[in-house]
Amino acid sequence: MTIHFDLAALRKTKWYEFALRALFGGSITVFTGVIAHRYGPVVGGLFLAFPAIFPASATLVEKHAKQEMARAGLDGTMRGRDAASLDARGAAMGTLGLMAFATVVWKLLPQHSAWLVLAGATVCWFAVAATAWRIRRAI
Amino acid sequence: MLAPATRGMRGIIERHAGPHSGKDSLAGQLIFRFLVGGLLVAAFSSLGDVFKPRGFAGLFGAAPSVALSTLTLTIATNGKSYAAIEAHSMIAGAVAFFIYAFCAVQILFRRKPSAVVVTSVLLTVWLAVAFSLWFVWLR
Repeated sequence: MTIHFDLAALRKTKWYEFALRALFGGSITVFTGVIAHRYGPVVGGLFLAFPAIFPASATLVEKHAKQEMARAGLDGTMRGRDAASLDARGAAMGTLGLMAFATVVWKLLPQHSAWLVLAGATVCWFAVAATAWRIRRAI
Repeated sequence: MLAPATRGMRGIIERHAGPHSGKDSLAGQLIFRFLVGGLLVAAFSSLGDVFKPRGFAGLFGAAPSVALSTLTLTIATNGKSYAAIEAHSMIAGAVAFFIYAFCAVQILFRRKPSAVVVTSVLLTVWLAVAFSLWFVWLR
């Protein structure tokens, strides 16, 4: 199966769903800053990989899959949970990329340009996550 | 004319997230963190909406959006060495996220509870694994 993108899919997401994600993301970023300020960078750093957005996105994936089945007059409960399960499988592969991201920042940030390291670490995240996803599919 | 350090994105971050004293500047920092974190999380999760197949889109559920916003602001406020310590701890958080996502896949695959219940209850697993790793590895 090839990877492709469909910008029209953004129309399925309602404005309040975008707002909800932004609210979760903003809140966890503030929370991480407060934790690091109160307990130091070692504890604060744990929360940089907190599953902040995943619960909201998996719930939306399940809801959208159920709605598609409901439009065809069918009960989409099982389809919704399958879709959420697939989303979680992808997220699990994404976490391998997160480990690579964190390692690159940890090792390279003190000696190199911050912008370059953050950009390189993001590329690393995507490369590792996409490779893990491809290997998982091939097995 | 603005000084070079206060121009562009770097200048904006330093003005809002740089080291200041007083309650007003702390509130300003928190609002700035909230806005930057919210925007990045919403942007990465929108990427997850447009990519197909579903499993590949799931990678964006574990995107480094919170890490990017937090580390950028931390570098501006506390410096690169402090941010590198946070990134080191983030590896433990990412391992906890992997176990969290793996458990979510297994439970959702059995189609019993809904995604919102599974992903919310399993946050306790993330906390338990992350703090266990902190206790044995980072403390």
